[in-house]
Amino acid sequence: MKRRGLLGWELSVIVLVFVALFGGALLSPDFLTASNLSFLTANFSEVALMSLTMTLIILVAEIDLSVASILGLCSAVLGALFAAGWPMPLAILAAFGVGGLAGLFNGLLVTRLGLPSLAVTIGTLALYRGLAYVVLGDKAIADFPAFYTNLGFGSIPGTQIPIPMALFAVLAVITAIVLHGTAFGRSLYAIGANEIAARFAGLQVTRVKLSLFVLSGLMSALAGTVYTFRFASARADNASGFELSVIAAVLLGGVSIFGGKGSVVGTVAAVFLIGIINGALTIVDVSNEILTIVTGLLLIFSVLLPNLLARVRSARERRARGRAVS
Amino acid sequence: MTGRAAPTLAPSQNWFARLLRVREVSLVALLLIVTLGTAAINPLFLSFGSLKDLFLNVAIIALVVVGETIILLMKHVDLSVSSVVGLSAFLSGSLFVAFPGLPLPLAFVFGLLLGAVLGSVNGLLVAYGKVPALVATLGTLYVFRGVTYAVVHGGQINASNLPPAFLGFATGSVLGIPNLVLLVLVVMLGFGIYLGNYRGGREYYALGSNAEAAVLAGINVKRRTMIGFALSGAIAGLAGVLYLARFGTVDATAGTGLELQVIAAAVVGGVSINGGVGTLFGAGVGALLLGVMGSALVTLRAPGFYQQAIQGALLLAAISFDMLASRSAARRAAKGRQS
Repeated sequence: MKRRGLLGWELSVIVLVFVALFGGALLSPDFLTASNLSFLTANFSEVALMSLTMTLIILVAEIDLSVASILGLCSAVLGALFAAGWPMPLAILAAFGVGGLAGLFNGLLVTRLGLPSLAVTIGTLALYRGLAYVVLGDKAIADFPAFYTNLGFGSIPGTQIPIPMALFAVLAVITAIVLHGTAFGRSLYAIGANEIAARFAGLQVTRVKLSLFVLSGLMSALAGTVYTFRFASARADNASGFELSVIAAVLLGGVSIFGGKGSVVGTVAAVFLIGIINGALTIVDVSNEILTIVTGLLLIFSVLLPNLLARVRSARERRARGRAVS
Repeated sequence: MTGRAAPTLAPSQNWFARLLRVREVSLVALLLIVTLGTAAINPLFLSFGSLKDLFLNVAIIALVVVGETIILLMKHVDLSVSSVVGLSAFLSGSLFVAFPGLPLPLAFVFGLLLGAVLGSVNGLLVAYGKVPALVATLGTLYVFRGVTYAVVHGGQINASNLPPAFLGFATGSVLGIPNLVLLVLVVMLGFGIYLGNYRGGREYYALGSNAEAAVLAGINVKRRTMIGFALSGAIAGLAGVLYLARFGTVDATAGTGLELQVIAAAVVGGVSINGGVGTLFGAGVGALLLGVMGSALVTLRAPGFYQQAIQGALLLAAISFDMLASRSAARRAAKGRQS
């Protein structure tokens, strides 16, 4: 029963994606062109990437609010090292190292000290963004080699698929396989559903959570690299506020904020839904403020609606049971 | 079981009370060290003008902290306060533009009411919609800010549009204490007494300590949650009007990011993110400490870029300290039970 309800939620998000596409096409004949769709999808590639690891973290009933700050920090480190004359591959590697360390620090505070991840990552949200400013100040580093910026906003040769999106597709498939097809992935559901039971069942809860925070840091580093090359600009304030879009996408995709429920399919569908709605509204010149309101409402209703449906269903069941008794 | 628990309750409670006292004492000590240390390097730090600036800067954050503390005590969180401050600041400014002769108290009433309505939206979502406060207020953070952008439409309120009496309220002072600071102190004192001594105030603590026990004790949890969020909204709405009075110029981004400073101040001040623990006095000192550190950095000519990082590090240190302290308290209590 519950399972069907969940699949139903994901299905309805997918249906909404097609409705949004159809609506966009009605609004403007240019909407469903390959070049517009390519531009539109490239536009949310960082949020898409980070939503994959955020799905895993929320599945184990934790949260990482610092992802966008790690993105900014990695972007700043990448830019500063490049400006200091480091070869680009080394600078990218260093950015990933910083991202991994940032995630490790979050994970250690959460798992070793037993602090709530919400509080920890509100703190590191400020800390990492602050460090990004310490690294780069209010400077912007540009003039990256064309080879790398092409990776950021180019498409796969012969197609209109943006390279970051291809990267996202590959990582989404890997995440889905790991989450739904391996013992590690299944253990995330067990931990999210009942952490104490999972511990008694012999799962390495601490180690699993720690590795998820490190993964989240690494993914933010990847998103930071993509962002830097896509805009050909490394700045300390890159992508500030993106954490909210990432969490909105994951929750809209049907992942429960209390952990234990959700799927990669739902998250991917929700990422596309938010991206397409934003794209459709942009093309008809609806201003940014409406987009902000729409994102906020989507976030609220993605949790409120299932709650209300569940209440209606249980009320109906209770009534049915009452009738059966009498 | 219960028979054995009863005698250990007294010493552990005693220890806890001592811990709380120590926490606030150590905060005040830290505050003094930072203040005197900075003053030793640059005596101008303690000049009247610079202190007045400091208190004015802290006042608005300290006011919003009052509402956030109530929410945190219930083991919820209100991220939308910054957007409420922004919307209230802009709309009350627009009100003055539309009705230049508006009596001042009406502007404050308007801010309070607007904030209460916005806060009630959060309350409805959390108490009746069963949406986790984090998600609900993250959503309304977006929505309220979006509404502000839509209303502002690229414009802004300038000090020249505002009645001189209103701006005069912000710059005025009684016995050298700025009006703004006085108002915030009165609100803090009032709510401090309410939270400490009145049934309604104690219910926030009960709810955050153990929600199930609170239900069994006959507390109307939904109603209490609703009132808490409405209060937090109303206080943020009032803070918006004060923001307008203090800065005069307000655009659509007013108050952005304030929510993190406010939560940081409360948590640094000893309000537990796990609910049920903390006082307004501590939260106020936390706000002051963050403010002093910020302006100490400016006085010591540290680049402004360090400020955010230090604020984050301080917040992490505060919650880590809390956790270690409560752990050693638990260990001591366990040892006491064994012997």
